[in-house]
Amino acid sequence: MQRQVALIKQSLFDQGYLDEQFMELEELQDDANPNFVEEVSALYFKDSARLINNIDQALERGSFDFNRLDNYMHQFKGSSTSIGASKVKTECTKFREYCRAGNAEGCLRTFHQLKKEHSTLRKKLEHYFQLARQAGPKETARRPK
Amino acid sequence: MMNPSHGRGLGSAGGSSSGRNQGGGGGGETVVEMFPSGLRVLVVDDDPTCLMILERMLMSCLYEVTKCNRAELALSLLRKNKHGFDIVISDVHMPDMDGFKLLEHVGLEMDLPVIMMSADDSKSVVLKGVTHGAVDYLIKPVRMEALKNIWQHVVRKRRSEWSVPEHSGSIEETRDRQQQQHRGGNAAISGGEDAVDDNSSSVNEGNNWRSNSRKRKDEDGEEQGDDKDEDASNLKKPRVVWSVELHQQFVAAVNQLGVEKAVPKKILELMNVPGLTRENVASHLQKYRIYLRRLGGVSQHQGNLNNSFMTGQDASFAPLSTLNGFDLQALAVTGQLPAQSLAQLQAAGLGRPTMVSKSGLPVSSIVDERSIFSFDNSKTRFGEGLGHHHGQQQPQQQPQMNLLHGVPTGLQQQLPMGNRMSIQQQIAAVRAGHSVQNSGMLMQSLPRGPPPMLTSSQSSIRQPMLSNRIPERSGFSGRNNIPESSRVLPTGYTNHLTTQHSSSSLAYNNFQTELPVNSFPLASAPGLSAVPVRKTNSYQEEVNSSEAGFATPSYDMFTTRQNDWDLRSIGIAFDSHQDAESAAFSNSEAYSSSSMSRNNNTTVAATEHVRNHQQQPHPGMVPHHQVYADGNSGSVRVKSERVAADSAAMAFHEQYSNQEDLMSALLKQEGIAPVDGEFDFDAYSIDNIPV
Repeated sequence: MQRQVALIKQSLFDQGYLDEQFMELEELQDDANPNFVEEVSALYFKDSARLINNIDQALERGSFDFNRLDNYMHQFKGSSTSIGASKVKTECTKFREYCRAGNAEGCLRTFHQLKKEHSTLRKKLEHYFQLARQAGPKETARRPK
Repeated sequence: MMNPSHGRGLGSAGGSSSGRNQGGGGGGETVVEMFPSGLRVLVVDDDPTCLMILERMLMSCLYEVTKCNRAELALSLLRKNKHGFDIVISDVHMPDMDGFKLLEHVGLEMDLPVIMMSADDSKSVVLKGVTHGAVDYLIKPVRMEALKNIWQHVVRKRRSEWSVPEHSGSIEETRDRQQQQHRGGNAAISGGEDAVDDNSSSVNEGNNWRSNSRKRKDEDGEEQGDDKDEDASNLKKPRVVWSVELHQQFVAAVNQLGVEKAVPKKILELMNVPGLTRENVASHLQKYRIYLRRLGGVSQHQGNLNNSFMTGQDASFAPLSTLNGFDLQALAVTGQLPAQSLAQLQAAGLGRPTMVSKSGLPVSSIVDERSIFSFDNSKTRFGEGLGHHHGQQQPQQQPQMNLLHGVPTGLQQQLPMGNRMSIQQQIAAVRAGHSVQNSGMLMQSLPRGPPPMLTSSQSSIRQPMLSNRIPERSGFSGRNNIPESSRVLPTGYTNHLTTQHSSSSLAYNNFQTELPVNSFPLASAPGLSAVPVRKTNSYQEEVNSSEAGFATPSYDMFTTRQNDWDLRSIGIAFDSHQDAESAAFSNSEAYSSSSMSRNNNTTVAATEHVRNHQQQPHPGMVPHHQVYADGNSGSVRVKSERVAADSAAMAFHEQYSNQEDLMSALLKQEGIAPVDGEFDFDAYSIDNIPV
């Protein structure tokens, strides 16, 4: 089971969904904080959902306040990078570029893509964590007391 | 955090924190031992994900973490528990408050190191972080490695503050010493740290003060700032290192008070940094004023003044005046400055011509003082000098700045009385970073007697300041009186010098004291201030007499003054007087003190040297050197001054460079020789550029 979990994780990295930052987070996980990474992920998704909502509303309004959008996206990018959500981060960067260029169309397109990536990652991670929990503490975590 | 460092002298307010760091007082070594575990970090970020991750990371580093997702909340936390944190990490983009604003607040109010972080890695933002005083800038995603080493910032900051606290801490020691000295010299210009006021008062005491001041200066100087240069001499009081945070705090205080009205005393109170003495603030203020002036495109009146000063006695004063003038003018302008303020301003002005606006006050006060002091002559001159320089108070600062620089050195030598001024001026000049100018000025003036007044601005500034100082500044007292007249002298220097010198000297001295604060190598300034009014009026008298002869009197003065003055120390000797005042000058004072003590002879020598140089030792530079060179072995920055008078002058500049305070750096960049390295403003450096 653990191997399976490991494989899934590896594929996430390989596919570029996650980057080294995620590994950093994993290193922070230990006996005292066995579910740290999962907790952080949950927090991230909760918070980013809120951000996405805000951006959605802003875009729907039609009035493209690029500054505001850029601000939102900056925040979004910050948390995405912190958690190592690589693809999401890429989309964020693109979005911001469009914002700076004042390209509303580009913003919309990118945002759509971003949402897609975001939800994909979310699913994958949820699956991953679920398995990981089932598999029991990872070898790394299973340190002799 | 700061406490621990300050704790040393301060009584370890940071005792609690020091536990970690070093138990306060220790020096940096102790701190290192304790670090980094237990480091108390406050993390501020509106992003909960980041916050959580950072918290986890910091905890793995064995730090004590406090999370905060709102800047306002963070500030209140910090305020409630001033010494409860060692370092702050803050995000740049936050909804309720800009990260940089928080950074400024923290730096100002708590003087804690702040690390900025952001996903934004654009150079402009990073630069902004630096200019606002952040000790570091992390790009998100933040990695563990980056966080592991944040303790270095705490140590670094503590170290720089130790210099200050050293004052404080050592203030006590110094104070004792000083007291002893005082007793002996009575106005031992309290090493700046302990009590700025103490210094001033003691200084004013008069003859003794000179010696005392000198001593104090040494003590203070040493304590104050990092004697970068001075370490060697170590007599000076430690220099206060004006870290970015400290500077931010300072700037905030200044802005709060209003540049014009900002007096070291009030600034000190506002800043509420343990271990920081009024002298420190004063000298820093001086530098800052110079800097501002520079920014404001201060006409180089002062420069001119300085030059003029250099040439003639008046010139010598001028420099001083200029420096002082600016400050003084600022004071004068504000008119509001009560004598005290003036004094303070003067002190500040001495150190900082830049603070024109603030100095405006001083100026006015000085002006007022003048009347009090009987500067009358100086006043006018001063005003002139100042006027030129100041024009408006600060913008013109620059000219003055130079003066100050030059003044200290130049002045010191010359006037025994004038020296006072000169010393002060010098100090101021030195401080101002004009270094050269003043020195030049001073040099010239030295013979003249009243310091050539720091390159005009300085001198002028000084004077007013001095005058003010004198009255209030206990330490400066000597100076204040004179400041006006003596320093300002730029124009009528010669004549004035005599008379002015007294006043200027006083003023000078006052300035000096003030100057020292800054890290001005006061040594040079001391020359100016050395004349230290501290001695308070007694000096003036001396000066006056000496003034008559200026050229010679200065020497006489020095010798007589010798109390503390090691005029040799360069102008600083004057500063010694100033010590009281210029606790801040400490640097310069240190020089002066050292020099003073040393030298009566040296001073004379210095003066002579100066005299020779007088005429223009090198614009501004020389004077300083001279002054310093002679007497000072001055731990105080005067270093350059110490350089053999002529060479000293040159050396002076160099020395300043060493000092590398932020101010100095800034000023240097600006083209103004940094007075003292006391200012360690990184920020300044940056600012210089644009300027």
